[in-house]
Amino acid sequence: MQLQFTVNERPCHVDDVWEGESLLFVLRERVGLWGSKNACEQGECGSCTVLLDGAAVCSCLVAAGQVDGRHVVTVEGLGDRSDLHPVQQAFVDAGAVQCGFCTPGLVVATADLLRRNPSPSDAEIREALAGNLCRCTGYAQILDAVRLAAAVAR
Amino acid sequence: MTTALQPGDVRHRLGRGVDGGIGTDASRPDGTLKATGQFGFSSDLWTEGMIWGATVRSPHPHAAVVSVDVSAALGMPGVHCVLTHDDVPGRKTYGLESPDQPVLAIDEVRYQGEPVAVVAADDPETARRGAALVRVEYRLLPLVVDPVAALAPGAPEVHPGGNLVRHVKIRRGDPSARAEVVVSGDYEVGMQDQAFLGTESGMAVPAEDGGVDLYIATQWLHVDRDQVAASLGLPPEKVRLTLAGVGGAFGAREDVSLQIHLCLLALRTGRPVKMVYSRQESFFGHVHRHPARLHYTHGADREGRLVFVHADMVFDGGAYLSSSTAVVGNAATLGAGPYDVPNVSIDVRGAYTNNPPCGAMRGFGAVQACFAYESQMDKLAAALGMHPVDLRTRNAMTEGSSLPTGQVVDSAAPVAELLNRVRVAPMPPVASAGDAAGPTGDAAGPTGDAAGPTGDAAGPTGARSGATGLLPGGVANTTHGEGVVRGVGFAVGFKNVGYSEGFDDYSTARVLLTGAGGRLMASVHSAACEVGQGLVTVEAQIVRSELGVDEVVVETADTQVGSAGSTSASRQTYVTGGAVRAACQAVREELLARAAAVLGLEPDDPDLAEAELVGGKLLCRSGGTVVVADLVEGSPVERTVQWRHRPTEALHPDTGQGRAHVQYSFAAHRAIVDVDVELGLVHVVQIATAQDVGRAMNPAAVVGQIHGGTTQGIGLALMEEIQMADGKVRNPSFTDYLIPTMPDVPPMHVEVLELADPHAPYGLRGVGEAPTLSSTPAVVAAVRAATGRALARVPVRPEHIVFGDLTPQ
Ligand code: FES
Ligand code: FES
Repeated sequence: MQLQFTVNERPCHVDDVWEGESLLFVLRERVGLWGSKNACEQGECGSCTVLLDGAAVCSCLVAAGQVDGRHVVTVEGLGDRSDLHPVQQAFVDAGAVQCGFCTPGLVVATADLLRRNPSPSDAEIREALAGNLCRCTGYAQILDAVRLAAAVAR
Repeated sequence: MTTALQPGDVRHRLGRGVDGGIGTDASRPDGTLKATGQFGFSSDLWTEGMIWGATVRSPHPHAAVVSVDVSAALGMPGVHCVLTHDDVPGRKTYGLESPDQPVLAIDEVRYQGEPVAVVAADDPETARRGAALVRVEYRLLPLVVDPVAALAPGAPEVHPGGNLVRHVKIRRGDPSARAEVVVSGDYEVGMQDQAFLGTESGMAVPAEDGGVDLYIATQWLHVDRDQVAASLGLPPEKVRLTLAGVGGAFGAREDVSLQIHLCLLALRTGRPVKMVYSRQESFFGHVHRHPARLHYTHGADREGRLVFVHADMVFDGGAYLSSSTAVVGNAATLGAGPYDVPNVSIDVRGAYTNNPPCGAMRGFGAVQACFAYESQMDKLAAALGMHPVDLRTRNAMTEGSSLPTGQVVDSAAPVAELLNRVRVAPMPPVASAGDAAGPTGDAAGPTGDAAGPTGDAAGPTGARSGATGLLPGGVANTTHGEGVVRGVGFAVGFKNVGYSEGFDDYSTARVLLTGAGGRLMASVHSAACEVGQGLVTVEAQIVRSELGVDEVVVETADTQVGSAGSTSASRQTYVTGGAVRAACQAVREELLARAAAVLGLEPDDPDLAEAELVGGKLLCRSGGTVVVADLVEGSPVERTVQWRHRPTEALHPDTGQGRAHVQYSFAAHRAIVDVDVELGLVHVVQIATAQDVGRAMNPAAVVGQIHGGTTQGIGLALMEEIQMADGKVRNPSFTDYLIPTMPDVPPMHVEVLELADPHAPYGLRGVGEAPTLSSTPAVVAAVRAATGRALARVPVRPEHIVFGDLTPQ
């Protein structure tokens, strides 16, 4: 199967996609965007979170065929080292990164949360990010990062 | 958050005038890469022409391998090779402490998931399908899955020679001492998984010299290298390892998983080979925390002074040795807890079974013991009518105490101080006045003491915790507060830092100082594995502080420099930190020698020895100044130093006496929970914790370790268990093996003490493990206080809360 979609505002064409492939697999192994992670490939950890037509989804649960003609934004599309997205900057500044395997998914999920709700309460943050597992931090500094990103944006 | 009682007196001629030295919240060198998704993890490796590996695993926990037929798999288009034990050219087994585990099953499989064959194919899907075509004929063998039964006479043997892995005995004082108040209990700890997010993965690339380059996420490059080389039949120098980005470790990467398989496939096919375990495979691909059964008896006098502690513990080591002997040693040597006890008798046995091999996980033997001895201290406090903190502080070990092993604690041991700090820590915000909580509804008062002399529950809370806005059941809204009771619990624990029992524990660091056009730069190179904890940050901080240089690059860890030992046992900041400091001091010696020549001084001129490195200049007392960049321009200084901590010694085989450990790390927790006593659901409302870290090298990272370690302890208390049935894992997925999510983890009040250890670099104490110990018993104590249930097993399940045995009154 062939796929035509937009990734990080660039048109993307992929050939020979097998029907069983997930969007996550296509991004990582065919497009070379390794930022989206693969901690469970079962929709349980959020490490693969991307924006699909602006909505946060677990890319491991999206069949590749579903993205034909649609817009995908990955963590790489939010910002890069020379031009960090405010959420990325907040994660660095708050010490919210340890091993960093959860970070790309959390950055995307946080960007999505703050777009929908620019001033979330702690309870709203906890609920919104409940689907993003982190095994290293105990989440406290992640919560700090989200609050910081929200404050910076105000 | 940071309270420095006695800042370590270690500012020996440190460089000045630089930002980001030790003691600062210097940011991670890899932070922006990780936040932008550009950091290369071991699962992100890619190279031209690479192919993929997959593993064939046994579905049975114990079976003879009658035959392996690879022909169908080999015949599949896209499959390059299928390897079995016949294809292992060197040693056919591996292992951390003893090579007892087959690289690929030889004639028998001893646990479910044991690797039998490996396949290489064009892409991951083809490799998986190829693996599914390998036909293995098994003949089932008798199972032994209960560790106590495994040690009984006549049990089926997992390995010839019996199922006893190790029996450690600690004997001190009078074995028949009697006490006025005696409590005993049987406790059980379930099998916890490290559940790092980045699964096992790596890539092996065949080299022209007949060797192999392996890019791998691991905890100890050199011990992997030696095991890989032995199985490949290659000299170690032909096996070169480079650390690939590590997505967490927590002990699960101490043992070899796919390292040897990758190299075998690469050398056979002549192609780079990559492997990434799925989450399910990861549950079978690494060791877990030992499940344990622990029987304790504590005796005390009427004033609450401990008279004796007797303990008998059995640890389930699973099918292969891994690090079970050391885990058992820790449980024994730390098994009486951080208390002064005159009479101690401890027996810890490890057993082979047909369960998954168990080995290292954060806390390493100390976690299981801490759950039991702290549960006992609460039971004893209740029997004595004392507050649980008062009982603990009355018996708290101090500097100068002698452990049950006879080892004297020769640096700070602030056990009472830590407990008192969590006791008076601020209470969580409570529901507003007028809530249904009633007069006692807000549980413990401002000091955490209102919970009553025995730390009992404070009655229904009836209202949402102000801290997280959640009740037990979380967003599932299973209650509006009816049936919800709040409880408070305390615990303290201690963990050894570094390798013990006479192990030659060292690290190696290379520091290079260069200058170009007046610019001074340093790089630091070690084989120490950054697994997320922030060692790379601390290495750079040490170089900045020691040499007064701003620009420091931390080279990727690899085996091109000597061993750094394992990223385990809370030891890397201590041991590799010590090596980096020593290498910097060697560089400084050379700078001084060069400066002497420039200034026309004798090399041993005292003026030089006192010189300071400030902002890239060497300043002598007498006013002589040299720009360091000029000293090294065109002639860099490089020094490689191997550094060891103080030696430890083996335990006496009959009495367990001996100076087995190099340092201890102490932490205490207070947990406040709301329990829905009807549904058996728990919400942790707040954690207060205090830990002595000797010197906070990077305070933000220290607090991050404390948060993370505490959270893994909460997980063990309330949800995390690999559930076994007849030797089979029932829940190998994140759907069924639950780890704490953001709503599960409460706000934490963290206090960090810095009581310098005079024997350690900068006075620091290993940080990573201690917070994992006492959070589990503190949470369970709080649930007991809320429910009156005995709760002798972790993780606590809803049915234990609703239907479990009541604590005898
Ligand atoms: S990898 Fe998609 S949710 Fe875990
Ligand atoms: S930082 Fe390691 S999983 Fe979150």
